[in-house]
Amino acid sequence: MAAEPQGSMTLEEQARVLPSGEREFFLDVHTTDLEVNFGPQHPATHGVMRILMRADGEVITGAQPHLGYLHRCAEKIGENVEWLQYLPYTDRYDYLAAMNNNLGYSMAVEALMPGLELPRRAHMIRTICAELNRIGSHLIAFGTYGLDIGAFTPFFYAFREREWMMALFEKICGARLTYSYIRIGGVFNDAPPGWLEEVGRFCDVFEEKWKEYVDLLVMNQIFVKRTADVGVIPKEMALDFGLTGPMLRGSGVDFDLRRDMPYSLYGEMLKDNAFDVIVGKGEKGTLGDCWDRTYCRVYEMMESIKIVRWCLERIEPGPVLGDIPKVLRIPPGEAYVGIENPRGELGHYVASDGGKVATRVRVRGPSFTNVSVLEDLLPGALIADAIAIIGSTDVVIGETDR
Amino acid sequence: MDGGNIFLTLLQKIAPAGVPSWVLVLSACLVGIGILVGLVSVLVMFAVWLERKVSGHIQCRFGPMYAGGWHGWAQSLADGIKLLAKEDLIPLGADAALFVLAPAIMLAAIFGAMAAMPLAPSVYFANLNLGLFAILAMSSMTTIGVVMAGWASNSKWALYGAMREAAQVVAYEIPLGISLLVPLMVIGTLNLGEASARQAGWFGMHWVLFQNPFVLPASILFFTASLAETKRAPFDLPESESELVAGFMTEYSGIRWSFFFLEEYAAMFLMSVVGAVFFLGGFESPFTHIARESFGSDSVAYQVVAGGTLMTKAMFGVFLMMWIRWTLPRVRIDQVMSMGYKYLTPLALLCVLGAGIWEAIFPGATP
Repeated sequence: MAAEPQGSMTLEEQARVLPSGEREFFLDVHTTDLEVNFGPQHPATHGVMRILMRADGEVITGAQPHLGYLHRCAEKIGENVEWLQYLPYTDRYDYLAAMNNNLGYSMAVEALMPGLELPRRAHMIRTICAELNRIGSHLIAFGTYGLDIGAFTPFFYAFREREWMMALFEKICGARLTYSYIRIGGVFNDAPPGWLEEVGRFCDVFEEKWKEYVDLLVMNQIFVKRTADVGVIPKEMALDFGLTGPMLRGSGVDFDLRRDMPYSLYGEMLKDNAFDVIVGKGEKGTLGDCWDRTYCRVYEMMESIKIVRWCLERIEPGPVLGDIPKVLRIPPGEAYVGIENPRGELGHYVASDGGKVATRVRVRGPSFTNVSVLEDLLPGALIADAIAIIGSTDVVIGETDR
Repeated sequence: MDGGNIFLTLLQKIAPAGVPSWVLVLSACLVGIGILVGLVSVLVMFAVWLERKVSGHIQCRFGPMYAGGWHGWAQSLADGIKLLAKEDLIPLGADAALFVLAPAIMLAAIFGAMAAMPLAPSVYFANLNLGLFAILAMSSMTTIGVVMAGWASNSKWALYGAMREAAQVVAYEIPLGISLLVPLMVIGTLNLGEASARQAGWFGMHWVLFQNPFVLPASILFFTASLAETKRAPFDLPESESELVAGFMTEYSGIRWSFFFLEEYAAMFLMSVVGAVFFLGGFESPFTHIARESFGSDSVAYQVVAGGTLMTKAMFGVFLMMWIRWTLPRVRIDQVMSMGYKYLTPLALLCVLGAGIWEAIFPGATP
């Protein structure tokens, strides 16, 4: 068929430049990009995220994340309930790391109470719980990432260990997912007898099992082929988007709030060199690819084990709750405290006018910031890569929407 | 061997005189179809149960444990009844005719392919001289069903699945066919029963696998290609549930969906049978040899032992496929394509070349 230019366009104008730099000519074929509605009900969105994608065959040409399907007005509720009553709501934004959320909110409120002195044992138990929860959260991230890539079995292995972690939390606070255990002034109650010893046993077993994860998935050749050089976030881009946590460290930026702005007992740990910050090195491909982010998460679990062991060695009997009145009235003022959540910096800004209720509670969620990178990251990737990229952001929709 | 059918032969023996021959042929056909459908359904039910058990034990679970009592043996049966009872749903905007036809075509194709499969040395539905050719041709027809289902569903995810299936099957038919040329060169027949009979020496261990050094790499290539051909992980891109929801069967539910399931497991079994016959000696094993020597090749005992041997080998192949599915991550579509065209096809051609040279140098190896 003769190659007739369509309309007034010349042949050269019709050429489309592909991501590889090649030019593609459409002589007598009209193709349009397919608009694909990815989510909110899709197995790989980790909740109810919706991404409107434009795709040219298998290649994505545009992506627009839509949020808000899980919006529950958490921040507004914070202005309407008493200080302590808001604690259970913090459980629900990043429901995979509820202990860390409790910790962040409690620390923000405690920052407004200058006279409050926390018992050392409370700090210890808080750190143990927060780090165990980080392990649990990373286990989910790692397991579901395997599911996204198509490997089913690592998910169950991860859940096997997570189950024990949840049983530990059930023993200490009675809940398995939404703990409300770390609270303003310390923790709710002391660890039951034998609990700390069981945590020690968990650490020993986990160390063995962790090697399985690395062999089975992280170093698996197909997994490496699927994730290396995919979804590369260069250093500058990571900083521009304000990414935090493993997303940032995967891009080679050495930043961890636990080390760089130490809170609770982390400053003391640093003096002992108790833990390292894992930073992506671009081992299997380009620096900042999906593999580097997974590497950061998986190796961070071992660092958390080190921290838990450090605490177990030094913990001593004592009270676990500071001097907190029955009805909390927080002195006027405002405070922002950011802590290192498994997903990045979880910041709480609270303001008080001296009453029983906060005048403002604002949450800076890491997932919300991390998900913003998708719009720039997805175009040019294949559909299968899109799943790998979305999975590697490890987004928890409960937190992006709050 | 004639092209006759065992059921026809049996019916001719027991039928009273005067019955017209077309009645006999028709009844033989119906009996054959009934047995084939029943057999495949039972096999698939067993394979589904096995898959759930295998995956369960790989993943530190038990798998089904309740239905039927002993290790959940009736789980597939219960699932089948549930699927039968579900609402017959055709989505709005779907091409209803094609939507209904697609699973039927897949089923017809896979049953047609299975007709060329012998169950025991003297028990077969169709004793075709071009048996392997018929199996490959018929089982490729299932692709048409997949593409049809994807197109008719009026869903973008289903369309993606269908396009992937079409691309993948075209890429992997080639290495599949070429890698089968290697054992064919050694054995010299396309008839499955005949191929098996030619591997009977050495106490039933004269398998193609041991006759030519190029058969082993060819068997690995065949296994890889058959994984892609049957849409099994790590090549399950047409349905890849984390990417395409459920691929070409996204919009299917109830009994139609279960037809796809049936087809997948039947295809797995069929490919394993082909692999067992053309690489692993088919009916032949030391047990078959002993049964033949002690009871004679016309005895029922020999037929049972031979059939059981083939079934065991095929189930081993099915188990391997399951093992791989629950161990490996999925590959990407461009990796699938480049693997098929850039690696498997040239390697299969090399195997054919090597095996041909070997056969030319040592021609006496084949019976």
